Amino acid sequence: MSSSHVEGRSARGAGSRGGLGRTLALLAHEVRMQQLLFWRNRESAVFVFVFPPLLFLLLGSVYSDTIDGERAVDVLLVGMLGYGCANTALAGLAISLVVRRESGMLKRLRATPLPAWAYLTAVVLSTLVVFLLQMAVTILLGFLLFDADAPLSWVALVLVLLLGVAAFAGMGFGVASLIRSDEGASAVVNLIVLPMAFLSGSFGSTNDYPEVLQRIAEALPLTYLLRLTKEAYFHGDYLSSDLTAVAVLAAWGAGGYVVAAKRFSWQPREK
Amino acid sequence: MTAAAAAIRVRSLHKAYGEHEAVRGIDFDVSPGEVFGLLGPNGAGKTTTVEILEGYRERDSGEVEVLGLDPWRAGPAHRERIGVVLQHSDLPALLTVREVHAMFAGYYAQPRDVDEVIELVGLADKAGAQVKALSGGQKRRLDLGVALIGDPELVFLDEPTTGFDPSARRSAWELVRSLRSLGKTIVLTTHYLDEAQQLADRVAVIREGQVLRIGTPGELIGGTSEVEVRYRKDGHEVVVTTSEPTRLLAELTTAALAEGRELEGLEVRRPTLEDVYLGLVDEEPAE
Repeated sequence: MSSSHVEGRSARGAGSRGGLGRTLALLAHEVRMQQLLFWRNRESAVFVFVFPPLLFLLLGSVYSDTIDGERAVDVLLVGMLGYGCANTALAGLAISLVVRRESGMLKRLRATPLPAWAYLTAVVLSTLVVFLLQMAVTILLGFLLFDADAPLSWVALVLVLLLGVAAFAGMGFGVASLIRSDEGASAVVNLIVLPMAFLSGSFGSTNDYPEVLQRIAEALPLTYLLRLTKEAYFHGDYLSSDLTAVAVLAAWGAGGYVVAAKRFSWQPREK
Repeated sequence: MTAAAAAIRVRSLHKAYGEHEAVRGIDFDVSPGEVFGLLGPNGAGKTTTVEILEGYRERDSGEVEVLGLDPWRAGPAHRERIGVVLQHSDLPALLTVREVHAMFAGYYAQPRDVDEVIELVGLADKAGAQVKALSGGQKRRLDLGVALIGDPELVFLDEPTTGFDPSARRSAWELVRSLRSLGKTIVLTTHYLDEAQQLADRVAVIREGQVLRIGTPGELIGGTSEVEVRYRKDGHEVVVTTSEPTRLLAELTTAALAEGRELEGLEVRRPTLEDVYLGLVDEEPAE
């Protein structure tokens, strides 16, 4: 038994697929696992995936006419894409990471050959898959139920939202690193995301908000994601046309990644 | 096989958490194919030691080699060769036993067959059940199956049977024995004496971050030449511990014969590992 074991070992070294092929196979496997875990957990799938389109349906049925000079349904559609991005990439990602950390799941994974970066990349890619599906569903609902207008440039819109997912995933990693217990995770995260969505204008115009709330909104990342999304949706503008907004959003995302790099833990916070 | 390098080599290992010195100068070697037990009360430093060997914690000082590498710096390729059962870790509650095994199989370059491993750990009839529906003992088997899926050379088992009922413990022991017969090197922590005695080829008794004794269970028992002699006198039980049982018995029997009475309930007992262990852990000062 022990000699065949040794042979198996050397065959493993010689016969294993090369670096890049093996790496891509690992990433693909982990994205599949992340998808399996996401959809299997019905409660969180409802919260992360269904909630934003559902809010869109409700708000879309209530508002009519125009908001800030555009058709209300289009403005709400754009607002809900931004909220969905924050809800999926920040809230959903942060909550699931904290829960997995506190259950010892992340610690257990660290004992496998799956590299840390591969795991974290798969988490972001899986989040992206969920968000892109959600985006498609939301837009389709807009078309079918409210006769919403198509974006002026699909490519510009998708590019904006890719930046959005990358930035909010960074904030998600940062927030997950700061939350101590899994019990409080969803409360803390919603306390961040819902007021931010309200202040940034995901749920309608902010022109009538008090001055102080508008000032706060000027500092929030979702404000800038929504600005970029509107520019892409209504005018077909690419990211390069509003580098200020890109810079603010990217800075928030980078801030999240920096916090995570310093504070992220694979082990439960029991000590 | 005699010339084979040690699977694990630990020299003057130290680890402190703030003021608390969890490990204070531990040395031991584990040979390939050996089942090595770390035995000690809760808080003795067993888990800290094992987590340093597993690569989870960085040591403060000392030397550690696991399969020839420093576990703190070893990369993913090193983790192909080790399997880990942690003291506490939940696997995804909503996946099935087969899905969890397949998930972990995907992390290894050359995993074992999923159904074969499920069979090995005795979960074949639960392969389609969700993890949340498993009993505590079944979850522990799942932990073990997942630890074996990469076909490791070395397996760490941190208190694998804590909280088990006696029959679950016996079947877990059978599993560890079957791993041993596959040629795996096993490091096992436990605070159960019978577990160490049943499973381990060699045992290190640890207390307060130091190794008190190390050897085969037989050596640990044989290491003490003391024998316990019990008898009843005037209705009271008398227990005498002696390193010269022949002399003591001669004296006792001579006196009893001279007085014409019987030494009631006379018993001469060699110590069990339990006696040795409790003696070490309770009495011997650690420094």
